[in-house]
Amino acid sequence: MATTDQLIICEHCDSVYQKATLAKHQKTLCTRCGGVLQRYNGLTVEQRLALTFTALMLWIFANFYPVMSISLKGVKNSATLWDSVLALSMGPITFIAMVAAIAMIIAPIFQLLLLIWVLGFALGGRRSPGFKLSMRWLETLRPWSMLEVCLLGAMVAVIKLAGLLDVLPGIGLFALAALSLMMIRIAGRDIRELWDLV
Amino acid sequence: MSTPPYADELNLCLCHTCGLACDMTFEPHECERCGAPLHRRKTNSLTRTWAYMIAALVFYIPANLLPVMNTKMVGNGADSTIMSGVLEFWEAGAWDIALIIFIASIAVPGIKFVAITLLLVTVQRDSEWARKERSTLYRFVEVIGYWSMLDVIVVALVASLVKFQALADIEPRPGILFFGLVVVFTMLSAMSFDPRLIWDKERENPHNEEVTDEVTSH
Repeated sequence: MATTDQLIICEHCDSVYQKATLAKHQKTLCTRCGGVLQRYNGLTVEQRLALTFTALMLWIFANFYPVMSISLKGVKNSATLWDSVLALSMGPITFIAMVAAIAMIIAPIFQLLLLIWVLGFALGGRRSPGFKLSMRWLETLRPWSMLEVCLLGAMVAVIKLAGLLDVLPGIGLFALAALSLMMIRIAGRDIRELWDLV
Repeated sequence: MSTPPYADELNLCLCHTCGLACDMTFEPHECERCGAPLHRRKTNSLTRTWAYMIAALVFYIPANLLPVMNTKMVGNGADSTIMSGVLEFWEAGAWDIALIIFIASIAVPGIKFVAITLLLVTVQRDSEWARKERSTLYRFVEVIGYWSMLDVIVVALVASLVKFQALADIEPRPGILFFGLVVVFTMLSAMSFDPRLIWDKERENPHNEEVTDEVTSH
């Protein structure tokens, strides 16, 4: 098995390569199909864990503070992400509320908690209990976590309502903006490197 | 140009979950590192991709015809579909927002249907045409995948905010459910497709591409 550790297989065309050591900003591409094989990742376990805790704080702000508030003739109203999920859950369309809840709230928080779990143990050079399961769930959750889309959606909603009434972006929106950028950095596919580290 | 070997030729198999190159000498069913099931190719990839895509295509019709939300201003209710939302912005002069919503809600699902059908048909006909470009196309479909959720989130936020009883009230309508289903099913469809199928026939006649190139140049 020692020999296959240094091999890398292109997931798009099944070509086999030797792993390369990358310097900053470098990536390797498959010569057959042009897919990315490896990308340089400058994060150490400590840095990634620190960023994950920051992201957890941002998640709390993004979920407990209103994303925006509006006022119409002196009456004010504000909504959090959870309020918007509830707005979808009325009537026959409850299923879509579930999808929205997973995409905006549930998948990101599970990603963050799993990351803290595996990275916390990795800091001490150990594999966490349930390491295999946690790593597999991180892979499964990734495509269903849609914070970037959520951010763009919130911005479109602000502009959409600005024509009708007074709109004020809330703390939740700024937290969401920072959180969605951080998730791209910390929860990407490069967490697979943990398999080699611990 | 030296071409890299295929995993099959070295009796290796990629684990999709952790990225390990697994030795297939003893035909293991699970990745020895992460325990995920191992498949040389995704099982029933083509059938599943077709099935999810056709389901998405069926939902795409009510998603565009049924209203996605209802706006009530001082007692007068008005339903709006996705396209009428785009047109409203366009007519109000907000062409940039109109463009964002149009791309995310109408163009992206449309592009996905065309791209996935193209990938499926070319793979089924063992086509040698533009393999590298088709691989790029597949990656593009994966990237644009979830951006169509945009409208679902906009409707959710707007409906939760505008709740002023008789004065103004916005409610979601069933169109948004079908729209969300289109997004989920096109995502499942793209995930079921195995891009390695594009390259599978190359191994049997590795020099085919060069030969056909010469033929067409005559």
